[in-house]
Amino acid sequence: MDSVESSDQRRATVSQREQWMVQDQVFQIYDIFANIPHKTRTLMLELQRDNHIEYLTRGLKQLSSSFVVLDANRPWLCYWILHSIALLGESIDYELENNVIDFLKHCQDPNGGYGGGPGQMPHLATTYAAVNSLITLGGRRALSSINRGKLYAFLRGMKDPSGAFRMHDAGEIDVRACYTAISVASILNILDDELIKGVGNYILSCQTYEGGIAGEPGSEAHGGYTFCGLAAMILINEANRLDLAGLLDWVVFRQGVECGFQGRTNKLVDGCYSFWQGGVFALLKGLHSVDGEHVALSDAEEGDSATDGTSEGEDGNSLETDETCHIKQGVGDGEMAPLFHSVALQQYIILCSQEQEGGFRDKPGKARDYYHTCYCLSGLSVCQYSQSKDEHSPPLPRAVLGPYSNLLEPVHPLYNVVLKQYQEAHEFFSSQSTS
Amino acid sequence: MDSDDDLRPEEMLPLSQRPEWSDVVPIPQDDGPNPVVPIAYKPEFEETMNYFRAIYLSDERSPRALQLTHLVILLNPGNYTVWHFRRLVLEALNADLDEELDYVARIAKKNTKNYQIWHHRRWVAEKLGTNAMAKELQFTRKILSLDAKNYHAWSHRQWVLQALGGWEDELDYCGQLLQDDVFNNSAWNQRYFVITRSPLLGGLKSMRESEVKYTVEAILANPENESPWRYLRGLYKGDSQSWINDLQVSSVCLKVLNSKTNYIFALSVLLDLLCDGFQANQEFIDAVTALRTSNADPLDTDLAKAVCSVLEHVDPIRVNYWTYRKSNLPVSA
Repeated sequence: MDSVESSDQRRATVSQREQWMVQDQVFQIYDIFANIPHKTRTLMLELQRDNHIEYLTRGLKQLSSSFVVLDANRPWLCYWILHSIALLGESIDYELENNVIDFLKHCQDPNGGYGGGPGQMPHLATTYAAVNSLITLGGRRALSSINRGKLYAFLRGMKDPSGAFRMHDAGEIDVRACYTAISVASILNILDDELIKGVGNYILSCQTYEGGIAGEPGSEAHGGYTFCGLAAMILINEANRLDLAGLLDWVVFRQGVECGFQGRTNKLVDGCYSFWQGGVFALLKGLHSVDGEHVALSDAEEGDSATDGTSEGEDGNSLETDETCHIKQGVGDGEMAPLFHSVALQQYIILCSQEQEGGFRDKPGKARDYYHTCYCLSGLSVCQYSQSKDEHSPPLPRAVLGPYSNLLEPVHPLYNVVLKQYQEAHEFFSSQSTS
Repeated sequence: MDSDDDLRPEEMLPLSQRPEWSDVVPIPQDDGPNPVVPIAYKPEFEETMNYFRAIYLSDERSPRALQLTHLVILLNPGNYTVWHFRRLVLEALNADLDEELDYVARIAKKNTKNYQIWHHRRWVAEKLGTNAMAKELQFTRKILSLDAKNYHAWSHRQWVLQALGGWEDELDYCGQLLQDDVFNNSAWNQRYFVITRSPLLGGLKSMRESEVKYTVEAILANPENESPWRYLRGLYKGDSQSWINDLQVSSVCLKVLNSKTNYIFALSVLLDLLCDGFQANQEFIDAVTALRTSNADPLDTDLAKAVCSVLEHVDPIRVNYWTYRKSNLPVSA
């Protein structure tokens, strides 16, 4: 068998070189940040709300020809943009809202489900995106435009004998498909035993020796699939079948020296995992709630005796002030502070992922896009509310990095829609019969 | 998409001017009167899609339909509807599937992270059966030589091994990749896949001894590398007695702790060992005591607590996690 030599004895590996390059770039930004006057620092931490809204609204109205590669993902574009706008606490005007509803009707298949664009085959991922878009808009017209009966038939059609789901007719089977199917069925109140049957076994078989969840059995633990797998397991009330301690230990190590999350062990940081990995903590927090209702958000207690102070990080590049580094000792079940470093993650999102001209990106040096804008903002919201006692009390100022005006709307982490939009949809669909 | 020019027919007359398409009435996209997220399609894209819609709706499974799917795929390889239809056409025409594999390879050159391409390739390889095995292993090897962590390529390769076989060289292949880059977690994951699933090896238990030796070497060479630490835990999955009793596990922790550098994973594994019932001797207590950052803190009498306290200081980004672990230790630990 080949012996593994020390990296000191040979040149650095590809993984190391790439990691160091990214790390250097990020530390440069934090260095600049640490050495500028306080006033400028506050400016740097500000969420560029107006520019984000401008960037988002523009995309809703027109996209350049380079977007043809996303021509089979147009409901996703709707969701990424609309959810981002909703997170920022804004809404679109009545006319534009009608246009969205109308357009998504054109993507809805006569036999149920939504395709990536008008006339395309229905697909589970774009169905999830379309349904979440309409829930984000809210209102009777948007919600009643979803053909629930046909959608249920579509979901049944995508169910594989193994219990897992296929993305589309004769399409690929994976954990993403399971999550999007279960999420949509749950939020529309059409989830039943037939849809649930076997899906837990499949997801369970995707949890790897590392603790995270893979796309398929045998594959590598991955942030996106871990979110999808855990959320689906919670929605079908089978989360306790997973090795949750192992999952937690894996996800907590995905936050790195850059302060953001990576998707897999020894991979590079990426702003989108702020939600996929950060959201896992929100899901785990919800699991600790005492009332047994799986949709309940946390009842974690604010660490109000925390000593607000400045603690020095490992190196000079680290955090300016570190206010989450203290949690109340001896708290009971469901009363825990966030198990990830919320302030550090906010720092990565705002200083490294945010583009001043609007939009968010994977990492410095990459271009902004709607996907990263959606998942960076979703992750930022998760951070801001990560220590809140419940969804009704707003976070304390020290839970929000930068000016308090950075505060976003809270999300329901199982579906990743803004909480009050979820509540409206929940009420609307719970009055309707199951399929 | 200029980069795909090499795949385009030399003289590209618009479809509307080609006699072989004159009988087809193109169908425009029905976006509604005021579409959102509208894409400024170039005329060529729009025309090709209009012809595709016509053929798709009339369900024409012909050679020209196959050619048309190719043109659409060039314009947007993420169009799953086109790929799906292409499979229907390939079946109807009883097409040469070896050729189709080559076709996918050409398209994949520029789109290695596209779900549709890999799903299509799996479909083709499944049809070809064991005949495709060597080609598929070679194909994934090539993709992985350019990007050793390509998630789709690894999934495909695992499917090939399970469905078509070819396990003989797989452990060596993982060894090669890890020799190139021991931080490649995908290669570690593949190694775990092989030792737990290869029908040629005796399973996890019979592989454990040699794998532990290999992993311990990797850890000692780069104790800051998380991958072999997680792999080491994996080698004892479902067998916590061996995990806490195997001296190789505790001694690698001790060695790294005593080196006093890059010891976070060693502490973390030691904590897990203690939680699982490992009885630490004085050497471990001394090693952990030596890592305390401040003499001002009273030393926890309980070793697991002391480990958590050290981690709270030396691993600040996870401070809340270590505090949580400290307050949730099993009674015996």
